[in-house]
Amino acid sequence: MKTAAQIAQALQEKFGSAVTATTEFRGEHTVTVALGSLKALLKHCNGELGFDFLVDVSSVDHMGREPRFEMVYELYGYGHNQHLRVKAAVSEDESVPTVSDIWATANWHEREAYDMMGIDFEGHPDLRRILMWEGYPFHPLRKDFPLEGIPSDMPEVAFTGIAPLEGGPFVTCSGGDTVSREPRSRGALK
Amino acid sequence: MVAPEQIHAAYDSKIEGNVIITKLDAAINWMRKNSLWPMPMGLACCAIEMMAAACSRYDLSRFGAEVMRFSPRQSDVMIVAGTVTYKMALAVKRIWDQMPDPKWCIAMGACASSGGMYRSYAVLQGIDQLIPVDIYISGCPPRPEALIEGLLRLQRKIEGESSFMDQKKQLIDSLA
Repeated sequence: MKTAAQIAQALQEKFGSAVTATTEFRGEHTVTVALGSLKALLKHCNGELGFDFLVDVSSVDHMGREPRFEMVYELYGYGHNQHLRVKAAVSEDESVPTVSDIWATANWHEREAYDMMGIDFEGHPDLRRILMWEGYPFHPLRKDFPLEGIPSDMPEVAFTGIAPLEGGPFVTCSGGDTVSREPRSRGALK
Repeated sequence: MVAPEQIHAAYDSKIEGNVIITKLDAAINWMRKNSLWPMPMGLACCAIEMMAAACSRYDLSRFGAEVMRFSPRQSDVMIVAGTVTYKMALAVKRIWDQMPDPKWCIAMGACASSGGMYRSYAVLQGIDQLIPVDIYISGCPPRPEALIEGLLRLQRKIEGESSFMDQKKQLIDSLA
């Protein structure tokens, strides 16, 4: 039976220069692959290497770096109990090939990445927003999106406003020690 | 058998003790406050406490508010129990609009009152931005006793209403 380290090594040999890095951190193995070979590599993982379970699909926004985004696929095989992480960098104008035809669970995960990060998936059967509503103009998990939100309005559907991030009666404030930062130390709740 | 002409209504023992003289407003308010039918707008964990308040241990029916109606057209008080996301906000408003007057609203818990711990792009910072709230209940989530306390305070608030007096005043003003 192969370990994740051997599997990562085998992937490196099979895909050659398309695999740009294999890293190991605390027993977790990560294979970084060029976007062009991503789908072929994942298909190979699912078919030949027995990764029958796609644990999670997520994306990272490295704002200021090029390419800006990074897709992260967490794979697991119930036959060999090995975990593997596959990463691929995506620039803002590129689209990622869908893997929902390999693992059906990727359908909703990719919709989430599309909704929250604005990454486009090629060949996805139903690429709609999954958390925010259709027509919401922003992608909230991007680094340039403020946590307090941006006002928007879709009549009859939904609107958004700005949430106050400090100063409210229930909000911890900065500075001082841990006791004086707590809301209960201020007069409002006494 | 007493002949009809011998009966004087004021001294009829069958009626005596069954007649109460009061103001119309007081009578109406007494009826309204003791049969508040809640519209349970359960959106998050507060709804679990609301359900507990309705169950046998806390028993909202002691205060006449056990008839949870999932149709807004049959309910009097909307209990907004939980986090109101922007995606849900207009749906809550629509349900509120479908409730017939007179109607009241209880914002149950920190989220419904102020957004609570969700200072976020996705959460409405208090349901009072959309619908008028009569009672705010603090807590995250509030215990069932707190919901009952809120309900009793709403009852006290309803006691003080003067809808018929107001109508009368309006009528007099319109005649003048």
